[in-house]
Amino acid sequence: MKTLTILRYQWKDLLRGKWIVGYGLIYLLIADAMIRFGNAGPKAMLSISNIMLLLIPLVGMIYGALYLYQSREFTELLLAQPIDRASLFWGLFGGLAIPLALAFTIGTALPMIYTGMILTANLQSILLILMLGIALTLLFTGLGFWFGLKFFEDRVKGLGFALVSWLFLAVLYDGLVLLAVFTFGDYPIEKPMLAMALANPIDLARITVLLEFDISALMGYTGAVFSRFFGSMMGVSVALSCLMLWLGIPLWRSQRQFEKKDF
Amino acid sequence: MISIKKLRKDFGPRTVLNELDLKIPAGQATGIVGPNGSGKTTTIKSLLGLVKPTSGDILVDGKLIEGEWQYRNKIGYMPQIARYPENMTIGELFQFIKNMRDSDTNRDRELLEYFELDNEIDKRMRALSGGMRQKVGAILAMMFDPEILIFDEPTAGLDPKSSVQFKRLVHEEKKKGKTVLLTSHIMSEIEELTDHLVFMVEGNIRYDGPMHELMERQQEQRLEGAVAKMMEETAA
Repeated sequence: MKTLTILRYQWKDLLRGKWIVGYGLIYLLIADAMIRFGNAGPKAMLSISNIMLLLIPLVGMIYGALYLYQSREFTELLLAQPIDRASLFWGLFGGLAIPLALAFTIGTALPMIYTGMILTANLQSILLILMLGIALTLLFTGLGFWFGLKFFEDRVKGLGFALVSWLFLAVLYDGLVLLAVFTFGDYPIEKPMLAMALANPIDLARITVLLEFDISALMGYTGAVFSRFFGSMMGVSVALSCLMLWLGIPLWRSQRQFEKKDF
Repeated sequence: MISIKKLRKDFGPRTVLNELDLKIPAGQATGIVGPNGSGKTTTIKSLLGLVKPTSGDILVDGKLIEGEWQYRNKIGYMPQIARYPENMTIGELFQFIKNMRDSDTNRDRELLEYFELDNEIDKRMRALSGGMRQKVGAILAMMFDPEILIFDEPTAGLDPKSSVQFKRLVHEEKKKGKTVLLTSHIMSEIEELTDHLVFMVEGNIRYDGPMHELMERQQEQRLEGAVAKMMEETAA
């Protein structure tokens, strides 16, 4: 009940800030352009998901931390009111994560609808991309909250950690994996490779996309390993539970932190 | 009634509250005084659940407050530095907190008029001066008619006229039988508003009792003199 009251206010405030509309527009423009140039096929969807895999973690983490700093007054005001901290935490989180996920979904889905792509393309692939985007939004907003709470008094540190983590997970991680493949190419490294992919939510999402569009052949030897593993029932469930774990841990940790914090 | 038992709070290696024992009597006004950094605000924040104590218990009306939140229905709090969401207007802020508390009181209108803020109701919080914010804080604390009123240096940013208005209001609340807890550095204000005095130094309580007793003991006519003497004694 009280969480809803908070959500309503937060959403009103976000819309007044207008940047959330801009964020949705970015996806609209990208999706529109990709569909025009990519002929509404799997190519367009692949490009959209590539951009989504970079942009969502960045915006989610940075804005998650920033938002926590921005709502400091709001938080302090409410803490002195009769409300439990858990409701307040979920109100704050939902106040940002839900609009972010909505902006992405609407921004991406709208061009697919008005270009008619939704009828011609594989609906399952479209839904998969949208679901992945929503999951990544929730996950990385949660991570951003975690950093924000951990460094509540030191904004520069909080935002710095968010930025560095993004750089690591989205850019450097792949390089490291590649390096490992080159270095230990002579050894049976399928299993450690799988573990490495599972340990990074962005990679996890990327692999899911690649498998969906059946271009894991592009990834060569490891691609085959992934394909064999993730293609099986067991693989899918392991990947899904890893993603859930990734979603749950930052949120659980930040809620704990929020409940124990001195304001 | 509020009782605090062996309350301890450490911020890192620093002990801010050192095994504090305190009873705040119901239906009376209690003033907390002490030098800067003596733990007044931390005591109040622990009472509100904003700060989580390292150890010790706080009971409001005989019930432990740890992990509880319903008890805050009974409390109105005016913080030392009033910070509110910058984009909200005064009207929206009050409506929002009313929704949070499930209340449809009209008291905020009366109080807005009383503080001559009724024309500013559509102003955003960021456009308000420090004094106006303080007044908004005072209204927020009192509009739900809570049993316990907590003011943390309430008149620090108020002009003399508003300060007098505020004190008159507190007097009225006291007459209604409210429990008032107040911190201030202005001794005349404490003298005027409270009956019970708590004097804190470095997280310890040095005096806890009726105000007139302290003045008799220190052989001073004014509270200011009595407290100054006590501060000198603790420094020595």
